[in-house]
Amino acid sequence: MSRLLMCPPDHFGIEYEINPWMRVSNQSNEERARTQWKTLTQVLENEVGAKLEFMEPIPGLPDLVFTANAGVIHEGKAVPSQFRHPERQGEERHFIDWFTKKGYEVINLYPEINFEGAGDLLGFPDFWIGGYRQRSDIRAYAQLSEIFQKEIMPVELVDQRFYHLDTCFCPLIGGELLYFPPAFDSYAQTVLASRIEQDKRFAVPSQEGERFACNAVCIDRHVVLPTGCPETMAWLHKHGYTTHPVELDEFLKAGGSAKCLTLALD
Amino acid sequence: MIVQTVTIQGHIIDSLILAKVLDAIVMLGGTFTLSEVKVGTQREDTSHATILIEAPTMELLQEILKTILPHGAVVETEEDCTVEPAPADGILPEDFYATSHLSTQIRWQGNWIEVPQPEMDLAIILKTSPLSAQMVPMGSVKKGDLVVTGRKGVRVFPLERPKERDVFGFMEAQVSSERPHHHIIADVAKRMKAIQQQRKDGKGSGKVLFAGGPAIIHAGGREALAWIIEAGYIHVLFCGNALAAHDMEASLYGTSLGYNLGIGRSVPHGHEHHLRTINRVRALGSIQQAIESGLIKEGIMAACIRQGVQMVLAGTIRDDGPLPDVITDSIKAQKAMRAAIPGVELALLVASTLHAVATGNLLPASSPTVCVDINPAVPTKLSDRGSFQAVGLVMDSSSFLWELARELGWEG
Repeated sequence: MSRLLMCPPDHFGIEYEINPWMRVSNQSNEERARTQWKTLTQVLENEVGAKLEFMEPIPGLPDLVFTANAGVIHEGKAVPSQFRHPERQGEERHFIDWFTKKGYEVINLYPEINFEGAGDLLGFPDFWIGGYRQRSDIRAYAQLSEIFQKEIMPVELVDQRFYHLDTCFCPLIGGELLYFPPAFDSYAQTVLASRIEQDKRFAVPSQEGERFACNAVCIDRHVVLPTGCPETMAWLHKHGYTTHPVELDEFLKAGGSAKCLTLALD
Repeated sequence: MIVQTVTIQGHIIDSLILAKVLDAIVMLGGTFTLSEVKVGTQREDTSHATILIEAPTMELLQEILKTILPHGAVVETEEDCTVEPAPADGILPEDFYATSHLSTQIRWQGNWIEVPQPEMDLAIILKTSPLSAQMVPMGSVKKGDLVVTGRKGVRVFPLERPKERDVFGFMEAQVSSERPHHHIIADVAKRMKAIQQQRKDGKGSGKVLFAGGPAIIHAGGREALAWIIEAGYIHVLFCGNALAAHDMEASLYGTSLGYNLGIGRSVPHGHEHHLRTINRVRALGSIQQAIESGLIKEGIMAACIRQGVQMVLAGTIRDDGPLPDVITDSIKAQKAMRAAIPGVELALLVASTLHAVATGNLLPASSPTVCVDINPAVPTKLSDRGSFQAVGLVMDSSSFLWELARELGWEG
């Protein structure tokens, strides 16, 4: 059973602007956010069969809800994030505390390196992809591949709206990929095209890319994704996936959606 | 040119990150040398590259660095080299830096200084006014000379592949009697013609160096070599007493070590011929005199004198005579050979273990070199002694010279 870490949106809100989606003037609705988050947990638990674990929300850390950025976990090792923006650096110790409490072996990257966890590092079984340039430093991946003994291909993210890899890239269980090509530089597009066969790659249309269609959670043959992505859903159905659209607009105001709200623990 | 070393590590090959960095350097107007690339052997292994960036100005270098650092390139921290005064004449400090024959620079007070005329197995001394560096043999160091020690602040540039797509471009030491020779000889001839043409056109002053042993005369390569020299293709000759002695013996007596070169067998008292030759040349005072007086009319020495070829004859312990031109002090001979090296753009080392290895040790790695010997141990030895750029050709020296001369236009 897949286990995911989540954090209730008790203190969620738009308190600063560190990506083009965030506007302090475009405040999230507390009630709607709570409902949307709750729906997501229900879909994950009841429809997808995930086991959820929860962190305690902390006042003053509105983005703690985006647990994908806690760090990255693999085979009992946890490498915590080292955020680029000071606004999120306060989250680091809470994530480290949680990893420690749960018995993970916590391994820190060199202190001068920025790395934003599973938001920027996603994998297929035989290789991982690491996004860099917006939030994480490319040098994180040389160290991470030594820690995890994995091939990690760094790809450059070139669109500020898609500041984390998980906003424009979603590997699926069957080796397929949902991605939004304009978010990557031409070298990265070439690499992805050479690594993943054409009929296994779905380039999401702009409108759905901007709805964060790629910020989806894939567990077995289930894909939980934001609403408003019909073409992506049709492609997924054709490839044998069951889709679970969830309204997550309140979180899109902060530049996040389904995937950002979860961290895979296995 | 401003030079900066950067390193980059990670899964940089398949991810095209290295390609992107190199593209960026070139697109911004710099050039690069990949001085080291270690590719991971397993998929999960990371790779590592050291890139030497050259830019025409400091501003451009900064621009390049600004562009490539976000892609993982790390500027290598640079330190000045360390120096220690030589404790006595001919004695180097304990931890002296031993040179290679690759292009070398040392860093002093933040500036990289080119060390001219690279040669293996020497020391580097730093001169502070004016600021310069020099490679010197152990025996030539003077007490108090500032000798570079340790490895800090010294950088060695890997050999660039020549632009020409010929045998030297591949830099494989082909040491085998079972490989075709013709294309190698054709490439050597092409280089010799090109060097001669550049000299004729006043576009270059490159030299072809020939180092050879007496087997050339014994085996019948004399005529071909004399033609090659006469035609102006050789500019420096390194040999010992024997090559010169037997060449002039052939001119005077038609023999080489007593064997008649025409009929191919020994002649009565033939073994004395080279001694009588040496004696007559000694009486005249020099090889030049022997040629100019008309005693020696043809052959390799005559061709060298007529063409103004720079000759260095280095003696060995079992020389007869020796001829008056032979330098019997081996350190002096080494110095004379060293002085003739600058400008050598092609070196032919033919049928002499001693002179091939000695010359190989003096040549910079950037000099295309061919070592021809019927004994495969000779080119192997040369390459084992560090002259990895040398192309080995296992064949009889006479056959080599005949074929080379014909490639160059000889109709003999």
